[in-house]
Amino acid sequence: METLAIISGGIIGAAILMYVVLDGFDLGVGILFPFAPDEKARDTMINSVAPVWDGNETWLVLGGGGLLVFFPTAYSIALPAFYLPIMAMLFALIFRGVTFEFRHQAHTSAHLWNRSFFWGSLVAAFAQGVLLGALVQGVHVEGLRYAGGMFDWLSPFSILTGIGVVAGYGLLGATWVIYKTEGEIQDWARRAAIVLGGGTMIAMAAVSVMTPLMRPMIAERWFGGINLVYFAPVPLLTGALAVWLFYSILSKRELAPFLSAVGLFMLGFLGLAISLYPNIIPPSVPVWDVVAPRSSVIFALIGVAVVLPMVLIYTVYAYSVFHGKASAKGGYAHHEHE
Amino acid sequence: MPPIDAEILARLQFAFTVAFHILFPTLTIGLAGFLVFFEAKHLRTGQEIWLRLYKFWVKIFALTFGMGVVSGIVLSYQFGTNWAEWSRITGPVLGPLIGFEVLTAFFLEAGFLGVMLFGWDKVGPRLHFLATTLVAIGTAISAFWILSANSWMQTPQGATFVDGHYVVDDWLAVIFNPSFPWRFLHMTTASYLTTTVVIAGVSAYHLLADNNREIAKRSFSVAMWALMVLAPLQIFLGDQHGLNTLEHQPMKIAAMEGNWETQSHAPFHIFAIPDQKAQTNHLELSIPWGSSLILKHSPSGVVPGLSEVPVEDQPPVGIVFWSFRVMVGIGFLFLALGAWGVWARWRGQLTESKWLSRFAVLMSPAGFVATLAGWFVTEVGRQPWTVYGALRTADSISPTVTGASVATTLVLFLIVYGGLFGAYLYYLMKLIRRGPEALSVRETEEKPEAIRGARPGLVVPAE
Repeated sequence: METLAIISGGIIGAAILMYVVLDGFDLGVGILFPFAPDEKARDTMINSVAPVWDGNETWLVLGGGGLLVFFPTAYSIALPAFYLPIMAMLFALIFRGVTFEFRHQAHTSAHLWNRSFFWGSLVAAFAQGVLLGALVQGVHVEGLRYAGGMFDWLSPFSILTGIGVVAGYGLLGATWVIYKTEGEIQDWARRAAIVLGGGTMIAMAAVSVMTPLMRPMIAERWFGGINLVYFAPVPLLTGALAVWLFYSILSKRELAPFLSAVGLFMLGFLGLAISLYPNIIPPSVPVWDVVAPRSSVIFALIGVAVVLPMVLIYTVYAYSVFHGKASAKGGYAHHEHE
Repeated sequence: MPPIDAEILARLQFAFTVAFHILFPTLTIGLAGFLVFFEAKHLRTGQEIWLRLYKFWVKIFALTFGMGVVSGIVLSYQFGTNWAEWSRITGPVLGPLIGFEVLTAFFLEAGFLGVMLFGWDKVGPRLHFLATTLVAIGTAISAFWILSANSWMQTPQGATFVDGHYVVDDWLAVIFNPSFPWRFLHMTTASYLTTTVVIAGVSAYHLLADNNREIAKRSFSVAMWALMVLAPLQIFLGDQHGLNTLEHQPMKIAAMEGNWETQSHAPFHIFAIPDQKAQTNHLELSIPWGSSLILKHSPSGVVPGLSEVPVEDQPPVGIVFWSFRVMVGIGFLFLALGAWGVWARWRGQLTESKWLSRFAVLMSPAGFVATLAGWFVTEVGRQPWTVYGALRTADSISPTVTGASVATTLVLFLIVYGGLFGAYLYYLMKLIRRGPEALSVRETEEKPEAIRGARPGLVVPAE
């Protein structure tokens, strides 16, 4: 059962990482929206994510649904514990999700939907960062049930992680815009990526310092004996990728900045997994205490093994249909271009 | 605050968010099928008219699909935020069913929706048709899993309760639980029926407004053919679903019938005001023996009454009783519209009869009302249980979540969903009023027979 629990935890982790990277860049596009040079740039930006945002957000449903599948008890602890930030995230995602269709149909009220797209993306990103911080700082559990209050999630640390995720998604969004556009918008996105890249680096460093200070167990995990050697590549690679990020932006590469931003997210995620393992609800609930019964895990794993590769294949196909530079015309531009 | 408040608030919030959500899939499941039909006809005949219909209805599909996505994501998290104990106890059964829905349906729909909406000049016509078909299949697969999960809560089997939660012994028994086949057929048919009436109503509106008549005639004709089949089919399926409920959830049937005492020769109440406190009805207007005849096909058939169980195990009778009548009433109005359509077509008056068109316009939102009423019957009728006969709703909520938090978010949902629904209707009406793009001159001049049909009013596609 331990092996099954670890595999299940790995699948949840992979689904969340997929979500963070994929919806991260389209939420990032929303965060950058009001700062774009003009309305034509905004049309181009929204067109660059319109065909794929829905698929990106489906990973969030897989993350939540997957938790219910593999760790129903963890789901029943975490969701009430994070009730308010989750509700804030859901409301925000509603506002930005409807923007795609509504802004496209709107004429006089397009600016209203621009605002809804920005605030929805910003609040969703911030709430996700708060959730991350609230998880890392630990959840009060008794008898495998949530035993804390409605505001336990709120702390300076969770606010910091909230801001960090906003900067990080903004970076993903800006590097995506560099990749999908050209000319004036691209130049603007480069400047944005540098600012947001700096912000992301500062937030990542602050979180990396605060986490071991906050929880001695995590310090022991990273710095205890031989672990220091095993895990040293994580921060070293992160540093190297950060250098490559700025270098590739300044040397006007198009895809490399996005890839290095994605790499930074993956390393950050790996660092988090190292800190938290084997707990799914820190500090005291390991994956094997809350894994679903064997019959459920096996049934779901068969489904994942058969269906997920197909999902990945046609997701790659769907992206490849819309390869190349995005345009302000067609798609979800808010003026009709037939 | 006593826990009862948090329970009622959690129920109200979930009832509201799930009822809001179901409106959109109801339309997209059916509309996806019609889009496949329109595009297939266009591919086969090359007629521009089918493409115009596709391009018009796909806009409504996209608008509605977006609403379904955002309101659906809410539900996948609300299970945990508001129903933590339910998640913990039933998660091992229902989690994988929902997981399979995400894996086999949501990704398929989302992956190919982009191609369907924006891929016209990026992929060939056959590949585009494949994308439309896959999206339609995705909507049906989604209905399959979520209705299987819902049906298991109505008629649980294949799992045992061990150590405070369910453990599945037999997945096939779980998935194909006794009420699932009828519920699946009844709900998917409801989707197609609702969509059919929407298409009929919108086409009739354009006929009355004399707006792109050729296109409106064609879609009105298609919808009326579909209605002729679907309206009686749905009445048959509803009857079978009811008999299945009688076998497995007799108290739900007793509430639908407003029947308090187990009896033979039970009447069917056309009108009554059920009084749960007094355990009786007021102002009954009844068909003698009706209930026994419908449910047992014999006047001496014994129909179960609510008094078989204690009051605390009875569902709220009034809501179930009246929702059932609303659903059935609309079902028969659809049958009437379908029959009128057949008669008008036979007389060559299908698209000429103003009163038929007016009736169709009037009925266009009725499918949503009937679908919601049906869900009220089945979900309120399951009370006071979340898992029928096994897990009480009161034992399903999140014990640590305060009534104040649920009340706050409930008010926010009311405001936000209210506003969004207003915006949705506004943009929907804008799309409907604008209607399909007019046919190019070439098409109307070269192939008038393709559009007008062989004789006036008969607008079957001339092939």
